[in-house]
Amino acid sequence: MSEKVLMCGNEAAGEAAIQAGCRFYAGYPITPQNEFTAYMARRMPETGGTFIQAESELAAISMVFGASVAGARAMTSSSSPGISLKQEGISYLVANELPAVIVNMMRGGPGLGNIAPAQSDYFQATKGGGHGDYNLAVLGPATVQELADLMSHAFDMADKYRNPVLILADGIIGQMMEPVEIKEKSPEPPGKDWILTGAGERKPRIIRSLLLNEGELERHNHHLQEKFGRIKENELLYEEIDLSDADLVLVAYGTSARIARAAMTQARSEGIRAGMIRPITLWPFPEKIIADTSSRTKSFLVVEMSAGQMIEDVKLAVEGKAPVHFYGRTGGGVPTVEEIIKKIREIV
Amino acid sequence: MREEIIISGFGGQGVMLIGKFIAYIAMKKDCRVTYMPSYGAEMRGGTANCAVIISSEEIASPLSSHPTTAIVMNKPSFEKFSPMIKKGGLLILNGSLIDKEPKRNDIKTVTVPANKLAEEAGSIRSANMVMLGAYLGVKELVPVEKACAQLKDVLPQRWHGLLEVNSKALTSGRDYVHDAGT
Repeated sequence: MSEKVLMCGNEAAGEAAIQAGCRFYAGYPITPQNEFTAYMARRMPETGGTFIQAESELAAISMVFGASVAGARAMTSSSSPGISLKQEGISYLVANELPAVIVNMMRGGPGLGNIAPAQSDYFQATKGGGHGDYNLAVLGPATVQELADLMSHAFDMADKYRNPVLILADGIIGQMMEPVEIKEKSPEPPGKDWILTGAGERKPRIIRSLLLNEGELERHNHHLQEKFGRIKENELLYEEIDLSDADLVLVAYGTSARIARAAMTQARSEGIRAGMIRPITLWPFPEKIIADTSSRTKSFLVVEMSAGQMIEDVKLAVEGKAPVHFYGRTGGGVPTVEEIIKKIREIV
Repeated sequence: MREEIIISGFGGQGVMLIGKFIAYIAMKKDCRVTYMPSYGAEMRGGTANCAVIISSEEIASPLSSHPTTAIVMNKPSFEKFSPMIKKGGLLILNGSLIDKEPKRNDIKTVTVPANKLAEEAGSIRSANMVMLGAYLGVKELVPVEKACAQLKDVLPQRWHGLLEVNSKALTSGRDYVHDAGT
């Protein structure tokens, strides 16, 4: 599939996962990511993989656990309420150091909320989500193409660090169709020397997360933290636009970033020196570029489809060196270019 | 260049297909394009809509609050979207189901008896292609002949028996607006 095709984000991500060697998918339907599950139901059997519509989100994430421990590239997808249900399983995946890819096509919350696009699961995604001290690598694509490209990266990262990777997108990215080019099948992923395949003649392997011996769990946590440190050091992705002379720096990811980008361009055409930082990895967060920028810009404007979550990470990076403003819509509202421009004019 | 199109009608009238088809045509012309369906609890008989944005620049939001064109196939869609059209924009009405005209003289209105023309083309279910043909007749995104040739790329395989009916419907929509002098 090397020519451009018109696909919605859910289907493009599904195809990209298959091309990245995903061989196991378990999921449970929920709008606005139903096309993902439906696509995998059709395509997985065609490509020799396994599709299971689980009886619940909890079952789906536990099935992913099982497939991963047996060595498969495994994934699940859902939307906000369903992702909440998966948190216990995600914490277990991290504790047992099992690679997996999880996609969240966020919708309005809290609770069952609505089915409109939202970005209100940022805290859950980037601060752990389940119990225990942990982080997932979190990727926030802004286009269908970027979503497709990040799928194979997510599987590679998950295997490299033996840690789950979360793709944090929203109902718009999932539902919207855009022209997309999906990369041909990547080479077979490297073999894994830790998977449980039946010991036979070799030394048995143990994978577990219940560590009761004196000091054992603290040592395990130190090991995990060292690993998260390596992810932070090596895996940061972001885009910076027109920062060099910017008096006002917009910070936004995903769908919000598309809209903020258009507002930035319009502000420039009105003579306002606006720039932008678009985090692509939400964890690790591009704190250094924000810190560096804070000493030379006059102010920041964070745009989110939430009541203000990523803004906390921006403020931590800015350390009070410049004012950090916020414009957000919540409960499924999507900001417009006009609304952001109005806010920009108020600030400058 | 920027065109924002809202296509709306009853679920089952094929408005999503019109949107996907326009998006496909735009993609093949190497334009930037987004297609965004309303993905609520639409069902046959309810009202469904989608938005297509075609641009030479990067597209920010795929949602459209002030479309440059609205293609409306039923009365509720007419009531909802005709006031939102940008000044100087285009409204294409399915005259078979909408017996009203907008109270606006700052947009161009084209009324097409889509159900009637579709029946004449061989199936009332091709009314969506009549509306698309009318749109192409006014906007000339591509010649209708080209769109007819692209039908097989856009229609699912199981509908390929209906290629000819749909081609006729596309052509009759175009011919209707040309004959009407629009």
